[in-house]
Amino acid sequence: MTTAVKAQLGIAALMFAASPWVINAAPHEATMGLVYKIYFYHMPSAWMFMLGAIVAGVASARFLFAKRQASDATAVAAAELAVVFGLLALVTGPLWARKAWGVWWVWDARLTSSLMLFLIFVAYLLLRQFGGPGSEKLSAGLALFGMANVPFIYVSVNYWRTLHPKTSVVPTLPVEMGIPLWFCVTAFLLLFLALLSLRATLERHRARIDALYLSHDEA
Amino acid sequence: MRYLRLLFIVTLLSVPAVAAAQQTPSPDEFVPISEIPAEEQIPAINLVAAAYAFVWVALFGYVWSLGSRLGKAEADLTRLERKDH
Repeated sequence: MTTAVKAQLGIAALMFAASPWVINAAPHEATMGLVYKIYFYHMPSAWMFMLGAIVAGVASARFLFAKRQASDATAVAAAELAVVFGLLALVTGPLWARKAWGVWWVWDARLTSSLMLFLIFVAYLLLRQFGGPGSEKLSAGLALFGMANVPFIYVSVNYWRTLHPKTSVVPTLPVEMGIPLWFCVTAFLLLFLALLSLRATLERHRARIDALYLSHDEA
Repeated sequence: MRYLRLLFIVTLLSVPAVAAAQQTPSPDEFVPISEIPAEEQIPAINLVAAAYAFVWVALFGYVWSLGSRLGKAEADLTRLERKDH
């Protein structure tokens, strides 16, 4: 583990530990009351979910078209993180919706496309796990489809009728709500970067172990 | 009869539009208030606590799992490289 990764993990851990106090200091929202405070973990989770999908897609493109083997490790790491953060967004969202909308789930464009993106990356990981030889190229193609879904998810709330808050919420947030939000976004981003680096290292170690086993078998 | 059939089809087609029009509009911005209504506090706190607990437990579990997998891979790698030399 490099010093940069240790620093990222340490700062992220401190920020996560401090986040309940920072969030508690934010005012309540006029129509949703207390439950909107789920937003401070839900939105950074959703952003890291989409960031994971973008990183996996870009790394997969580099692996497929530029033949960069190292990018494959980054793609696997980002895909796994997309599933982890996607799960957080898909669980915290309905907990918020139950109180704010009166239902756990609605099949609108934002929620449905987010679920599709999550399932694409679950399929990616299953393909890597059980696909056998050649599955890295198939899964890289899948990651490209996943990445293409991200802009659609982001703008979906502005173009289709939905109960989900629009993208205009973030730039119009009052300062006392904006500070906890950006504090949590920073914590999630630092954790994401540290985990991405560690997970990619694990994938490189596994590739090296496989190569060593093969060389032992041939000897 | 023909007009009745047409009326029936128009009514049927307009149902989703009416239902959609009755939905609460999605918020464009959040408006801060200092206090929340008392009747909202207990149910909301359960949902907020569940959301935060889930995030903490899931992230802690993932970090622990990743650390454990990485430790095992590093041990295997060291063992194989030692064997190689």
